[in-house]
Amino acid sequence: MRLIVPLQGVVQGRGGLIFGSLIPCALFYFLQLYLKRHRSPKPRSNPPSPTTSSPKLAEMTRTSSRSNLFSRSIGQVRISSRATSIAKPNESPYYIGLDKATEDPYDRLSNPDGVIQLGLSENRLCFDLIEKWMSENLGHSITGRDNGELNINGIATYQPFDGTMELKLAMAGFMSHIMGGAVTFEPSQMVLTAGATPAIETLCFCLADQGNAFLVPTPYYPGFDRDVKFRTGVELIPVHCRSTDNFALSITALDQAFNQTRKHGTKIRGILLSNPANPVGNLLSREMLYAILDFAREKNIHVISDEIFAGSMYGNEEFVSMAEVLDSEGFDKNRVHIVYGLSKDLSLPGFRVGVIYSFNENVLAAARKLTRFSSVSAPTQRLLVSMLSDARFIEEYIKTNKRRLQNMHALFVAGLKGLNIRCADSSAGLYCWADMSKLISSYSEKGELELWDKLLNVGKINVTPGSACHCIEPGWFRCCFTTLAEEDIPVVLERIRKAVENTTDLLNSS
Amino acid sequence: MAIEIEQPRVGLSKVAVSKTHGEDSPYFAGWKAYDENPYHETSNQSGVIQMGLAENQVSFDLLEKYLEEHSEASSWGKGAPGFRENALFQDYHGLKSFRQAMANFMEQIRGGRAKFDPDRIVLTAGATAANELLTFILADPGDALLIPTPYYPGFDRDLRWRTGVNIVPILCDSSNNFQITPEAMEAAYQSAESMNLKVRGILITNPSNPLGATIQRSVLELILDFAVNKNIHLVSDEIYSGSTFSSSEFISIAEILETRGYKDAERVHIVYSLSKDLGLPGFRVGTIYSYNDQVVTTARRMSSFTLISSQTQHLLACMLSNKEFSENYIKTNRERLSKRYDMIIKGLKKAGIECLKGNAGLFCWMNLSPLLEKPTRESELALWKVILNEVKLNISPGSSCHCSEPGWFRVCFANMSEQTLEIALERIHKFMEQRKRN
Repeated sequence: MRLIVPLQGVVQGRGGLIFGSLIPCALFYFLQLYLKRHRSPKPRSNPPSPTTSSPKLAEMTRTSSRSNLFSRSIGQVRISSRATSIAKPNESPYYIGLDKATEDPYDRLSNPDGVIQLGLSENRLCFDLIEKWMSENLGHSITGRDNGELNINGIATYQPFDGTMELKLAMAGFMSHIMGGAVTFEPSQMVLTAGATPAIETLCFCLADQGNAFLVPTPYYPGFDRDVKFRTGVELIPVHCRSTDNFALSITALDQAFNQTRKHGTKIRGILLSNPANPVGNLLSREMLYAILDFAREKNIHVISDEIFAGSMYGNEEFVSMAEVLDSEGFDKNRVHIVYGLSKDLSLPGFRVGVIYSFNENVLAAARKLTRFSSVSAPTQRLLVSMLSDARFIEEYIKTNKRRLQNMHALFVAGLKGLNIRCADSSAGLYCWADMSKLISSYSEKGELELWDKLLNVGKINVTPGSACHCIEPGWFRCCFTTLAEEDIPVVLERIRKAVENTTDLLNSS
Repeated sequence: MAIEIEQPRVGLSKVAVSKTHGEDSPYFAGWKAYDENPYHETSNQSGVIQMGLAENQVSFDLLEKYLEEHSEASSWGKGAPGFRENALFQDYHGLKSFRQAMANFMEQIRGGRAKFDPDRIVLTAGATAANELLTFILADPGDALLIPTPYYPGFDRDLRWRTGVNIVPILCDSSNNFQITPEAMEAAYQSAESMNLKVRGILITNPSNPLGATIQRSVLELILDFAVNKNIHLVSDEIYSGSTFSSSEFISIAEILETRGYKDAERVHIVYSLSKDLGLPGFRVGTIYSYNDQVVTTARRMSSFTLISSQTQHLLACMLSNKEFSENYIKTNRERLSKRYDMIIKGLKKAGIECLKGNAGLFCWMNLSPLLEKPTRESELALWKVILNEVKLNISPGSSCHCSEPGWFRVCFANMSEQTLEIALERIHKFMEQRKRN
């Protein structure tokens, strides 16, 4: 309010108190009030564009844009309470960091001072192989040919919402292959979705009611908060894991969390696991899988196993799928559901291909109907059937991918070690889980976020702080290394060094 | 002998076990009969002809020609440059080039009478997802949306199943060609209130499914006034906007807003898709166009659950930004649909059957009420069964569209060849002759 200027006149004693300043002051004040209330927007040819929101999943606080004010000042038509909470600017560092990196992306040649993206688990190591396959195989159009004639009918018309049998067969084969051939997947137990994101959400809609909850070991993938909670009204209850046992899940902790939650009157419907784990990158052992299944049977709850990183192994440990364990023992299969997708292992997140694999006929029946809201696009299905059926290509891809992952992982972890930053033991994933607790000013979330901020704004590297993953111990950061080339690693390390220059521990490299 | 211990059955959610998916209704039962005995021009000439699926197959050749001549759309060119970026692109804003192409296409369909801003377009995997998403955003569980009858049977599932939102019908009847009236809207609103349901919006389909007719300008004005008056949202599903038989007869809600200087626009949202106009339901391409910033932002975030494959976005961006292709397609598609419509109307008239005067869509709204034993839903379903099992045609009974007057049926004509349509008309003719004789 522009009261200040007229008041100054009063304060400085210019003119008589009442006639000189108070009355003009009051008039001025009321004039502004009148103008503010009755200002009508000029008619325009089109409402202004909405604020450009972030490329990933959140907004920074730009709500004071003119166009927002415009829509707020006339007609207060309301949106739902569900939507209102989603509309709020997202303050999670996970999303803020992704934004910053996308706005000013590092490029070795054209933008060497840009932000290096280590916060997005994308695998760019084997695109050359896929590109080669594309240029050699996309000669015949994806629309297919019928007696030599181009025929779009096959992919244009309505397809089964849960995916074509051809793609299910191809996916079943691929999944089996990347898991070392230890388990076969039945196409009839598959439901294909537009990415693993709707796969998780769809399962939540099928297994839990609004107000129920899932147990989830921490630290966990920040996206689960969205996938599970946004629209379903289902809660996530963290089950904390600690660095003392390399963030391994313990049944005791599961049990404690289960009982605690039940005491508060919330019904637990299942456990949500990611195996290989994100962000730690460790695996669930065969024994642990048995123990989890026993626990689930005892409490009569479901188990969702998100195995999206199963094909991103670099360690020597053996990956064991939930499906493999169920095959061999007499466990009740009806409570187990596996999620998979091509975003990580085949580097095709844009194509939106996810899988729900379940042993429960009722869940499959419901999920199939729900895929009408999130189906895989037909041309993409056609393309992938081709690619996944090319056994020679897939064989080469899997082998090369593993080799390059191992290489990058080794280089990156060694580099961090050189800065006296150790990583948790891990065997898979596109990232490592780094312990930077010695570099934070105070052993707290606040200290961790200060370091995150320094790394992002001073060091110009985006890493994901453990608090965004609900880690109970401060100072851990997820660093994805598969978006880098080998030459970028020294750059990253130098930037970390620079950002934490005045922290003495860094100089005491052992 | 081992004793079998009964394992406790692990429970599922209410959503999973609910029947709101509606797949037990006659609308879907007819499809089953078709699946079991589908008509084929050469190999199964006595099979069931599918006239219950609103799919557009009349213009595939135009699409095929484009793809044949423009391989860069379905690949990424020699050496696949741009592939990497495309494969990694999972940004919920969607490809800018694709949004631009969609905005242009929507403008072309409306003869340039309305402008669309690409930054207000939110992409979803199909209009089914778009409608559900909007419902999640505009209404809370237990709230209500008002929808004029008769309406697309899928709405019962798409708008209610996971959202927990209710549909309260705005009753329309043949006395005024099923047009929406202020009295009917008010009655529906009062009805919702009396059931203690908070009305959050009104959803219209324009051109209408199943009527196959566009909504008149004056009626659109009344509907918008009603929404403003009650301070609720207005969703206009314009999925058939490119399937009007003449370019001038379709008035979009966007045009009404334009003439009002976009006053009250923040309550209006348009749903569109390429499934009907472009005949590409398999591609899963839908959009929400909203004049409300908060809705755009929220819808974008929610669209994470239903993104369009970046490969498909790339392909369609190429295709739809080709002005020569899109102009020719819109014009030719209209002409062919119009021709089909004339053909079926003439054929039905010859058989003594009247239809509602239509000017859009992939179907006609047929009046068989004179054939009903009694003017009841049961009689209508009995007649439907006879047509399905004896005449071997799957058509959609009006009751599955919540039509308050029994005896009306939706008959699709664009999902088959002309020859097949001829056969279907012959069967109807024979059937009517038989009934006359009895």
